[in-house]
Amino acid sequence: MASEKGVMLLDFWVSPFGQRARIALAEKGVQYEYKEENLTEKSELLLKANPVHKKIPVLIHDGKPVCESLIIVEYINEVWSDKAPLMPSDPYQKAQARFWADFVDKKVYDCGSRLWKLKGEEQQAAKKEMIEILQLLEAQLGDKKYFGGDSFGFVDVAFVPFTSWFYSYETCANFSVEGVAPKIAQWAKRCMERESVAKTLYDPKKVYEFVCFLKKKFGVE
Amino acid sequence: MAAERGEVKLIGGWASPFVARPRIALNLKGVAYEMFQETVGKKSELLLKSNPVYKKIPVLIHNGKPICESAIIVEYIDETWSSDGASILPSDPYDRAIARFWTVYVDDKIPDAIRKLRPLVKGSAVAEVEAEKLHAALQLLEEAFEKCSKGKSFFGGDNIGYLDIALGSQLAWIKAVEKIVEIKFLDKEKIPGLVAWSERFYAHEAVKEVMPEADRLVEFTRMLLSGSFAK
Repeated sequence: MASEKGVMLLDFWVSPFGQRARIALAEKGVQYEYKEENLTEKSELLLKANPVHKKIPVLIHDGKPVCESLIIVEYINEVWSDKAPLMPSDPYQKAQARFWADFVDKKVYDCGSRLWKLKGEEQQAAKKEMIEILQLLEAQLGDKKYFGGDSFGFVDVAFVPFTSWFYSYETCANFSVEGVAPKIAQWAKRCMERESVAKTLYDPKKVYEFVCFLKKKFGVE
Repeated sequence: MAAERGEVKLIGGWASPFVARPRIALNLKGVAYEMFQETVGKKSELLLKSNPVYKKIPVLIHNGKPICESAIIVEYIDETWSSDGASILPSDPYDRAIARFWTVYVDDKIPDAIRKLRPLVKGSAVAEVEAEKLHAALQLLEEAFEKCSKGKSFFGGDNIGYLDIALGSQLAWIKAVEKIVEIKFLDKEKIPGLVAWSERFYAHEAVKEVMPEADRLVEFTRMLLSGSFAK
């Protein structure tokens, strides 16, 4: 990559991981060039920017690539440190934020995928697990406005893109997020009041259309 | 003047490469701590209380407050005792992103390779397949070492840093698995930079007494596989 000045994001429209980067950039007011990747035909630029994993999102800042969504969010937070801090300053609070963002990373996407990929007993097991995950996160949120407290923070950025997948999870596995984790449902609505989130997340029905497309592609009834 | 340390406890196990990480970090910072060794196959009340989500070691307990996940603990140690010893994380945000990227890569590839290789025997077809994956990962890490070290002794430059700790802590088990399946992974011909780095890492003051002997890990594996650590 030429040492072009500026910020570019290689991404895929519905990716919750890419959306983390988009939301962080929006919170910081950073101008950037968005490049939509065709994941069935990855660009030369993507293959060069992320040769190890060949995955999106990749943030390219002044020609230098940063990979892995949570690493990208920390990078954005550290470089554009003058506004909208996404991390607490206290080391213990920071460790807690990193722990819960990592928890979201380890659990939500995989379990969510099993909800629409599987049927019968396996799907029931995934549903039970998803409810546990949501309830653990709800306990963490408590009565706070955001996971970050009064300010929208790292865990909020990590988790909020998955809220547009709630409708898909609910429809495929027959349960209600509001029913099992009402505080999470309310938190999701509050986050949608933020411009960065509202402008980044797609309508849940559109995400569901994508899930149905994936189901057909993977031969899931 | 040394900062007020407070009470520092570490719940861990001698064989765990993940526990080695905070131990090395605390040693680098010159912070004394009380070690609580877990018994394999039986989790203590303290562990279950301190890490209810994963119930895993290591857990750092600082002034009664638990911190979990080895990489997160190392960052916490670096930030809390920031005026003691050299910085563990690089100061430049881009270098930090690179160190974090390769740490995630190490955690993605190495423990899984070790777990798959250690129950196998020399010459098995599965061992060949899994060994190829580990060779490939180490090759990529060799290139990363060239780029990150910029000719200096460690990934972190002159001092042991975040990525040195992340990968270095896995060396004991890599050496153990070499003995178990009789395949050389730390091969001077293939990964000269990493082999030389590994010797420097092992010799470092902060690392020396933390890393378990490979033979002891081989024996541990035998016991693990024979069900000696029954719950």
